[in-house]
Amino acid sequence: MSPAEVTSTGSRGTRVIGSIVLAGIVFHVLLSFVWSDPDADQGDLVRIMYVHVPSAWLAYMAFTVTAFGGVMYLWKRSLWWDLVAGASAEIGVVFCALALVTGSIWGRPTWGTYWEWTDVRIVTTLVLLLLYIGYLAVRRIPADPHQRSRRAAVVGIIAALNIPIVRFSVDWWADRTLHQKATVKLGGTELDGLMLFALFFGLILFTLIYVWMMIHRFRIAWLDEQIDRHGLDAAIAERLAESTSDVTRAVGLTKTGADL
Amino acid sequence: MSVVHLRAVVALLGRFPALAGVDLDVESGEAVLLQGPNGAGKTSLLRLCAGLLAPASGEAVVLGHDLGRDRRSVRREVGMLAHATFLYDDLSVYENVCFWARAAGGSPAEAEAAIARLEIDTRLRDIPVVRLSTGQRRRTSLAVLVARRPRLWLLDEPHAGLDQAGRDIVDGLVRDAVDAGATVLVASHELDRTRTIASRVITIAGGVVVADQPIPGRSMPVGSAPVRGGPDVA
Amino acid sequence: MWHDVRLIAGKDLRIEWRSQVATGQVAPFAILVLVLFGFALDADTVALRTFTGGLYWVTVLFSAVLAIQRSFALESADGNRDALRLSGIEPAAIFFGKATALVVQLVLLEVLLGAGVAVLYSPSVEDFPLLVATAGVATIGVAAAGTLYGVLAAGLRVRETILPILLLPVLAPVLIGATRAFDDALGTVAVNGWNWLALLGLTAVVYVAFGALAFGVLLEDS
Repeated sequence: MSPAEVTSTGSRGTRVIGSIVLAGIVFHVLLSFVWSDPDADQGDLVRIMYVHVPSAWLAYMAFTVTAFGGVMYLWKRSLWWDLVAGASAEIGVVFCALALVTGSIWGRPTWGTYWEWTDVRIVTTLVLLLLYIGYLAVRRIPADPHQRSRRAAVVGIIAALNIPIVRFSVDWWADRTLHQKATVKLGGTELDGLMLFALFFGLILFTLIYVWMMIHRFRIAWLDEQIDRHGLDAAIAERLAESTSDVTRAVGLTKTGADL
Repeated sequence: MSVVHLRAVVALLGRFPALAGVDLDVESGEAVLLQGPNGAGKTSLLRLCAGLLAPASGEAVVLGHDLGRDRRSVRREVGMLAHATFLYDDLSVYENVCFWARAAGGSPAEAEAAIARLEIDTRLRDIPVVRLSTGQRRRTSLAVLVARRPRLWLLDEPHAGLDQAGRDIVDGLVRDAVDAGATVLVASHELDRTRTIASRVITIAGGVVVADQPIPGRSMPVGSAPVRGGPDVA
Repeated sequence: MWHDVRLIAGKDLRIEWRSQVATGQVAPFAILVLVLFGFALDADTVALRTFTGGLYWVTVLFSAVLAIQRSFALESADGNRDALRLSGIEPAAIFFGKATALVVQLVLLEVLLGAGVAVLYSPSVEDFPLLVATAGVATIGVAAAGTLYGVLAAGLRVRETILPILLLPVLAPVLIGATRAFDDALGTVAVNGWNWLALLGLTAVVYVAFGALAFGVLLEDS
């Protein structure tokens, strides 16, 4: 089937995953909002954690995949890896923004403000979002496909190398003996069995969502490439046709290599 | 061994096939004229041979380097004259030639010699290139090329922008290069003049070679009894 | 290779000497930013003195973006990017050469800014060696990251905007570290500046190493 004839990026695999995800979402909502108890200190606010933590986790994981994809592209020169990296970055941005928004919502009643500069994790995640945005901007620059892939790979790798440095810097920077460290502990109190389960369930669910989105996004990108490649064969044929019409103007018809 | 060996080479500019299957062999010491309409692929062919453009498919070996695998090492051994000047506007003629010569492993003395060879007025030597006329800039670009002593010369419209004296210098340079054993590829629309220095004419159209003919009366490659007898063919 | 590094650095510096862009445009811009901060902070001398470290380094970073763009603008003109590739010089040597020239220009700029800050914000200096060491190491990090992203942005129509977007998040640790170290050296905050200097050193090493490796990849056209 040529790329132009494909009508959907779905497949049996994605439909299976999709169904599991839908069921999982229902289950997760029940877990988060109905079955688990409110926290002793934070009350119902703790329920945001069941979305916030998995989002943040996915944001970092997606970017790791992007950086790894960049390394693999530079090593194998395989377009497949580059498309994986690009798709992962797009999905990662969504999770990153989600993590920041839910974190901010959680922060308002807890810190009194929407933003707490001494919270190392949220600040680092904001820098991660900025790095993502830079990466996606580079992918959008019109360029020869290999050049685009190479630039993106380099930017993705150096951004990934930078994240631990940023984390470290912000951690040091935020650690002021004069300030009280923000009471952002992952579940400042102990998590009981069901809460822990809900958290891990959320993690697995979000990972599946990521996989489902990756498969679709990757397939779209892959189809785009196939269309371009088909276009290339047509372009070569057109170019050759152009040359035969020029032949009537040219001196002779031999195309052999030189042999004096 | 051929200096340039291309078989079914396809080269892309973005998605456009600038070269759509080129077959070409050029031996050492030849001077070859590339002719063809605008957009035929002459410049792309020169850039491919310089190692600047990657072959998307096909076999491409220049000066013994396989361009499909490694384009970098061939660059040192070629010299290119393009439409762009390859000069730094704020530096003088001397500084530019010296810089590029030294980058290629040459010495300031060779730079001086090249400037003299191109007959660039000594009063212009220390003038920033941006203030020179197009013709003088072209001569400076040529001086850079000469100072590098490349084994393969790639000239894209070398006569353009030059006065009569300048054009004669270019012809002389090509002849000297060939005598010294280098190989020259010239893309030009000035067919009459260039046919006096070339020994072979290749016609390119639509990204492929459509014609390849020796110029009657021109010499064989240097090293095999050069015979420059007979009147030049117009 | 080191011969080529000197050659490239020398060429860049000679062009700068001739064209006077850094002294004629970037330096006045930097001083202007310092003045604007003065206005923005309502000339509150206490605030200016307290925040001298941060204001100084933000100014340096903005000025560095201009200097980097200039460094690569002269390579985009007249096909010089092609010429550099044709020259046969190792990409790593081009990287080191251009980064070195940038370091020289930025250091001179920082000295000028230091004088500007001394006059406009009147901070007190407690640890001068720390100040100098920080400036040196931070500048190396800035120049290395800047040279790498500079070649990526060079010749693009969107270069004026893509360079800051890419460079500034990556230099956030340098800003944090240099500011903290300066705060210590100027006695405004009780932190251990030398620790921060160590972090700056690590960052510089990472950027220089990665830059040397990746520059060649980005220099290629296709």
